[in-house]
Amino acid sequence: MRAVERLVLTLDVNGESRQMLLPSHKTLLEVLREDMQLTGTKHGCELGECGTCTVLIDGKPALSCLLLPVQLEGRAITTIEGMAAGSDLHPLQVAFAELGAAQCGYCTPGILLSARSLLEENPRPTRQEIREALAGNLCRCTGYTKILEAVELAAGRSQ
Amino acid sequence: MKLVGRPLPKVDAATKVTGRALYADDIVLPRTLHCKILRSPHPHARILSIDTSGARRIPGVVAVITGTDLPIKFGILPVTQDERALEHEKVRYVGDPIAAVAALEEEIAAAACDAIAVEYEVLEPVMTIDAALQKPKDEPIQDYGGPNNVHKFVALEFGDVDAGFGRAEVIREDVFFFQGNTHLPMEQHSAIATYVDGKVTLWSSTQVVHYVHRALSKVLELPMHRIRVIGAAHGGGFGGKTDPFAHEIIVCKLAMMTGRPVKCTLTREEVFYAHRGRHPVLMWVRTGVTHDGRITAMHFRSALDGGAYGSYGVASTFYTGALQPVTYDIPAYRFEGCRVFTNKPPCGPKRGHGTPQPRFALELHLEKIAHDIGLDPVELKQRNFVKPNTLTVNWLRVTSCGLDECTERVIKASRFHDRKTRVGRGMGFAISSYLSGAGTAIYWNDMPHSEVQIKVDRGGVTAYCGAMDIGQGSDSVLATIIAEELGLQPADIRLVTADTDTTPIDLGSYSSRVTFMAGNAALEAARKMRAMLVEAVQASGRAIDDVTFEQASVLAEARFGTLTSAGSYTPPKIAGPYKGSGVGPSPAYSYSACVVDLDADPRTGLIHVNKVWIAHDVGRAINPLLVEGQVEGSVYMGLGEALMEEQTFRKGLHKWPSMLEYKSPTFLDIPEIETFIVETIDPEGPYGAKEAGQGPLLPVPPALCSAVFDALGVWIDEIPVTPEKVLEALRRKDKGEPARYGPPLFPAIPYPPVIKVDPPNGEARAATAAI
Repeated sequence: MRAVERLVLTLDVNGESRQMLLPSHKTLLEVLREDMQLTGTKHGCELGECGTCTVLIDGKPALSCLLLPVQLEGRAITTIEGMAAGSDLHPLQVAFAELGAAQCGYCTPGILLSARSLLEENPRPTRQEIREALAGNLCRCTGYTKILEAVELAAGRSQ
Repeated sequence: MKLVGRPLPKVDAATKVTGRALYADDIVLPRTLHCKILRSPHPHARILSIDTSGARRIPGVVAVITGTDLPIKFGILPVTQDERALEHEKVRYVGDPIAAVAALEEEIAAAACDAIAVEYEVLEPVMTIDAALQKPKDEPIQDYGGPNNVHKFVALEFGDVDAGFGRAEVIREDVFFFQGNTHLPMEQHSAIATYVDGKVTLWSSTQVVHYVHRALSKVLELPMHRIRVIGAAHGGGFGGKTDPFAHEIIVCKLAMMTGRPVKCTLTREEVFYAHRGRHPVLMWVRTGVTHDGRITAMHFRSALDGGAYGSYGVASTFYTGALQPVTYDIPAYRFEGCRVFTNKPPCGPKRGHGTPQPRFALELHLEKIAHDIGLDPVELKQRNFVKPNTLTVNWLRVTSCGLDECTERVIKASRFHDRKTRVGRGMGFAISSYLSGAGTAIYWNDMPHSEVQIKVDRGGVTAYCGAMDIGQGSDSVLATIIAEELGLQPADIRLVTADTDTTPIDLGSYSSRVTFMAGNAALEAARKMRAMLVEAVQASGRAIDDVTFEQASVLAEARFGTLTSAGSYTPPKIAGPYKGSGVGPSPAYSYSACVVDLDADPRTGLIHVNKVWIAHDVGRAINPLLVEGQVEGSVYMGLGEALMEEQTFRKGLHKWPSMLEYKSPTFLDIPEIETFIVETIDPEGPYGAKEAGQGPLLPVPPALCSAVFDALGVWIDEIPVTPEKVLEALRRKDKGEPARYGPPLFPAIPYPPVIKVDPPNGEARAATAAI
């Protein structure tokens, strides 16, 4: 095995700045889960195909399995752990819980973050706009219907 | 009732939406080692030698094991113990496990796998049903079964089928093919094990902690009380995590050898190889009817492409023939089934287990008969619907049955009979039925299938049950039932589930059994607890309404000591008097009806589904919100299977073991789904409840193909319905050939002589009618 190159990086995750010594080849997904214990970010393929590992970079959805932390110094990284304000759930989280939009819950963190980014850009999306915004996130349990209804419910409540 | 019937959020909803639920791969224990598995690159080969010395020399490698370390065979069914955690003699599909490494880092383990040298003698692979029926060029895949690569035959006849065809005025034969597909759970399988004080503990993403427990005990040669299996939060199963898996056994063995925790998480590619998904099934069906559409006899043949191992395959084979008479009154019925081995990942149970394939064939076949005799297909089906409280010709007991109401609801809501007919737009209709739990356990025993214990302690209620919540909401069902009986809220009930050390048995989340079986067990335990509380309050001279729950529990604990109660559920012994009758009986059957509305473009062959109406007889919706979620998820999965999902192979290799290339529906592909919950209040279900999670998938593929016929006048007798197939069928129609795409014929299969079974007599039928 070759020696692993390591970098000292400062990452801003959920508003907390942390300086870390990281192998340069580790993906953001791996660093979040393995080095920062932020296991709320899930993985379904680790190849950029399923959307499960979605996080927000400066508010925009991105696939953490395809990002390297070396690209991300000075950028605001948001994971599912940063979505609630303390113990107060984000309106999207409330709506997902109320309407049964999370069944197994495994795709839920990624979908919540994609939906949050959508609503921040477009507070009153049409159903088609929601479909398009979330089309990169696969879910196998729900048939998507309850998720669409939950995003609409959260959007409606914030008006 | 205060809670039952209300659309309450799931009890674990907050955990799921905050990312706090701990799935198996999220669990990290001090000193954890990471495991990778070396898998076969050949679909069929003898292993001549395995040299692990190169792997052992790599710094950071702690242990390397091969099949000689785990030689004992296992398998989910007692009759097919044909798998090894690691194969050291022969590999049977690309992806078959050969060796495993535990190392300090996952990357080191992967590099060590690459350094293992395996010498193979490559054998001719067998990749199709037709090839499996022929004499193999080299040798059969397994050393049991036969002739050739046949795994299992079933041949049963109920009533006089020849006489039934003799009475028929119209007889029709059709051939259908249902392509195999896979579960594609979002969560990759993962397991982590420890070995402390001579005891193994395994956390796994499994649907069936009890069956994993049994397999570990056998292969590790440890008594069950020295093994603990805990179901971690579950990231999706759909039947795909219902077998004991190699990686679960391997991490336990490596933990025992190293004395350290060992974790293995499959890559997405490995998940495709773990599989146990939908069997590809070729089917032939022949039915006789009278001029007014009454079925006089049916003969159904199936050929299942099983992949390389048994898995649930014997049960799957029976299931391709069992449930036809549960929806239609078939007075005489012959079923011949055959499962073959091929050099592919093993098939097993996927949502609907062995029944979506024959449902697809049966619904389209009856529709074609209706066209032949000039009868409305809905009307023909309705004329043959089974009635509540009857025994079918193959001895299955039907109690509550909402087929008529389900049909009426979707036909009316979709305005099916008022639809405008024009080229390119169509509607299709189909119905189905499914079990509310298998009536017999996987291994023969007389014990209950589900057990619940309740502890009440100074106002706090804890319920213990082996049931595994795989996202379907079984924890919520347990909490709701217990809270309903004790006058509390679901959130007041602490749950301990799916842990073989601390919870009593539940056989697991498969065959749609949990609401019915664990629900009944919970109901019994809760009612016993309630009786103790009531007795203690009455003995104190107070009225039950005048005390709080906490006060009642203090009074009861003072009177009785430690407050515990238990309930259990054993299905009624209703299997018919013949060998093979164990597959098919269920304490109750759910029923569904579905209408699909679509546009089918005759120029491109593309199909756009506009809307799906689905009605589901769930018995009683304990939580209608969760029932709707199950129904919508089933429709989604049915549409995926009908339109795009297929697990296929080229030269022994999986064509697309990735989520990008294995197509599944996205947010953009799923139409509006209108769900109707039909309640028939089953006499034996908890509060009358049956099942919700599987049945509604079944009518979707045939309803979709029926709608394609309505739109374009061509039959697509094989799913998935791809644009290529639609265009080919249209070309054939234009050339004046049969307007159809599908398998041309059914192979000559050397089924054994049928075992003739007398249908239930008047006495048995009358006993069922009295329920």
